[in-house]
Amino acid sequence: MSDPHGATVSPSTSTSPQPSSPPGVVTVTRPAVRDPVNYLNVDYSWKSWLLTVDHKRIGILYLLSITFFFVIGGAAAVAFRLELMTPKADLFESETYNKLFTMHGVVMIFFFLIPSIPAVLGNFLVPLMVGARDMAFPKLNLASWYLFMIGGLTAVWTMLIGGVDTGWTFYTPYSSTYSNTYVMATAVAVFITGFSSILTGLNIIVTVHKLRAPGMHWFRMPLFIWSHYAASLIMILGTPVLAVTILLVAIERGLGIGIFDPKLGGDPILFQHLFWFYSHPAVYIMILPSFGVISEIIAAFSRNRVFGYRFVAFASLGIAVLGFLVWGHHMFVSGQSAYAGMVFSILSLLIAVPSAIKVFNWTATLYRGRLRFDTPLLYALGFIGLFTIGGLTGLFLALLAIDVHVHDTYFIVAHFHYIMVGGAVMGYLGGLHYWWPKMTGRLYPEGWARLSAILVFVGFNLTFFPQFVLGYLGMPRRYHIYPPEWQTLNVMSSAGASILGVAYLFPITYLIWSLKFGPRASANPWDATGLEWQVPSPPTTHNFAVTPHVTEDAYAYPDSALVGDAH
Amino acid sequence: MSAATTNLPAPHDPAHPPIGLYLRIYVYLLVLLAVTVGAAYVHLGPLNIVVALVIASIKAWLVVMNFMHLRDSPRLNWIVAAGSFLWLVILIVGLLMDYVTRSPGV
Amino acid sequence: MPTQTAPLSATPTDGAESDEPVAHHFDTLQQQQEAVTLGMWVFLATEIMFFGGAFATYTVYRREHSAAFHAASRELDLVLGGVNTLVLLTSSLTMAFAVAAAGARKKGLTVLMLAATMVLGAAFLGIKGVEYHHKYEHHLLPAFGLPFEWHDHAQAGGAKLFFSLYLGMTGLHALHMVIGIALMGIFAVRVWRSVDVGHRRQGTEVLGLYWHFVDVVWIYLFPLLYLIDRS
Repeated sequence: MSDPHGATVSPSTSTSPQPSSPPGVVTVTRPAVRDPVNYLNVDYSWKSWLLTVDHKRIGILYLLSITFFFVIGGAAAVAFRLELMTPKADLFESETYNKLFTMHGVVMIFFFLIPSIPAVLGNFLVPLMVGARDMAFPKLNLASWYLFMIGGLTAVWTMLIGGVDTGWTFYTPYSSTYSNTYVMATAVAVFITGFSSILTGLNIIVTVHKLRAPGMHWFRMPLFIWSHYAASLIMILGTPVLAVTILLVAIERGLGIGIFDPKLGGDPILFQHLFWFYSHPAVYIMILPSFGVISEIIAAFSRNRVFGYRFVAFASLGIAVLGFLVWGHHMFVSGQSAYAGMVFSILSLLIAVPSAIKVFNWTATLYRGRLRFDTPLLYALGFIGLFTIGGLTGLFLALLAIDVHVHDTYFIVAHFHYIMVGGAVMGYLGGLHYWWPKMTGRLYPEGWARLSAILVFVGFNLTFFPQFVLGYLGMPRRYHIYPPEWQTLNVMSSAGASILGVAYLFPITYLIWSLKFGPRASANPWDATGLEWQVPSPPTTHNFAVTPHVTEDAYAYPDSALVGDAH
Repeated sequence: MSAATTNLPAPHDPAHPPIGLYLRIYVYLLVLLAVTVGAAYVHLGPLNIVVALVIASIKAWLVVMNFMHLRDSPRLNWIVAAGSFLWLVILIVGLLMDYVTRSPGV
Repeated sequence: MPTQTAPLSATPTDGAESDEPVAHHFDTLQQQQEAVTLGMWVFLATEIMFFGGAFATYTVYRREHSAAFHAASRELDLVLGGVNTLVLLTSSLTMAFAVAAAGARKKGLTVLMLAATMVLGAAFLGIKGVEYHHKYEHHLLPAFGLPFEWHDHAQAGGAKLFFSLYLGMTGLHALHMVIGIALMGIFAVRVWRSVDVGHRRQGTEVLGLYWHFVDVVWIYLFPLLYLIDRS
């Protein structure tokens, strides 16, 4: 692959005498050319990485960290899916089993999903996409990564020394009074990581408001930015409530200051309210950035402007706002009032609207596009299908009458995995592949990548579709002992999980392989629009030698089927 | 940029900070402190909490606008400040929506 | 990009003085100042929601245990609480003076006002400590397994919840003050050592925003805890 940004010819210094050329012929030897200086090779020392304030390096640090936590969370899943292959408790005692699913939830949500796209792709791309040289607060960005590592390693260490068995939801009074496990340590770990999330969101918000390049009006920004901005609003407004709630549980456990203790007249349901006030919007922190990735991929691989750009942009904001008004749908059977249940139910139905708007707009963008079924598009198409299933089942759950029956069953587990894995993780993988050439300067092997995408899709569905059926039939979640007639479905799910687990190993392998052996990437291997594709792959430390002046809208594909886009 | 600063009124000139304004605000705050303490001694039933919160909000408004310079800040900062108070209201209203509608004895 | 003039954006008045240097990723000083101030307000938004969760808990429990809260509130020392409010409001004034002094490039005055704020903050914490000690002596501190005594058995749970919230919320507030005072101390030393106090002007303003916020939290805490029912 030719690379206009720097020759990759190895130096041709030879000590042996050059063959003599025939008379009249001039021999030209090409001079030694080094790789151009970029943010990766500018300095290889430990210090330059661990004390970096370059948003791109911080994105890479996060990439490494969340992959580590993903493997840990995945290992827990392997363990309990093995246990679930038989109806009896073969492998683990109940208390150990409780610790395994708690660990899976805590690690996957707080240390993988919440940071994944914003902290890896968001950190890397937000300044580039708006035409800035860095995030608004580079040192806070680095602090965010250190807080994340401290919180994450504390949680892992806690799990190694004995773990916590409350479920990732930490319901009181079990967590505050009765559990004998390391609740405090895990709570502290999550508390610290919350600040990491807050700092990321703060940086994104201020960067988008204050560091856009000249000409980069709000409605010229890529939809990736809109999604991250919306997710950042949630990080700012929601995470602190989780923080104070965990703090209250911690002081109840550690200092004996009873807040949720029913013996005093405290209300355990109050904990649930406060917990879900954050944790419901948190799921939108997890999915909104993925929406942003999908918008970018669909536009690039259909070579069309995104249909209904403003609708998609405002839908992102709408989801962020509405997401704060629906938390009680996690509590329909908790003991909250029936009236509150009804209000939360109606609002939860409403929030399907902006999500559906996005799905319709992506579909319309694909229509009559010049599609290239490269790996990123495969993940994006998988996303649209699987997110739609997850979202529709969410509508079922928003209805009180249905939720009463399937609450705390595997139906719920299947629903959120369709969104979180079928949606968020597929979006993450798609984005990782799409921007891999930009981040690393290398191309990944397309054949292996497509195979992996298909394997992930197959493995995922085999794992989680049976769980819808199991839940509907009544199998409770968080149980490892079940009636034998459900074994077939459980075995199918575990088989799917093994395929999925192997499928995840493929990208880890070939992406690492590509760093050394992948072909060099040009600045714009996908021929996509966007400021990030105007700089070299990989970019230099300061991104832009000259501040860009933006004159075009986003997705200004010349042959777009959607001429005169609704803009 | 220099044209903008010379057009601003005196209190915005960093060389001449609004000391008089700060002192006046301080006095208002002390007066409101006395008022809120006094109001606690008057039996107003359910209005006591309303009065207390209104006075507290006026005091907060004075501090935010003058000591925190929100009055002179870009509108975006106003939106951030107001938005976060609004979100706190959403939390409290959402909670009360449950508790106010529970049957007695629950 | 629409911009509004930052109120304290300083133009150098003579060749020897200047504002803080502009970081590489900002184009102008004004852009940097606006970004920093916006960033601080966004952080304060998170603090509003952080304390807000505790205020929300208070709201729910005050409704549920109204009589107990009324009675328990009367046990709090109104004089000490009122004096503390006075102290904190005064510290806000001195902090505002510190920010103003930094803007006017008066280094000595800036440090003096920061020190005054610290002293007043410490006084607040001292008085708080006295209050906590009183509660401890009267067996009204529901922490660490300490004995808790309430005269009315039916109200005991609600009273204990009140004092739990009292301890938790004022403790959280006090923690914020300790952090504020510590940061202020470090910052005052930096101001004292700075060649040009103009370089510390924005930092003083950011510190001021934090301190005033802590004051606003107390402005709400005081009536909600101490003034429920004194009639």
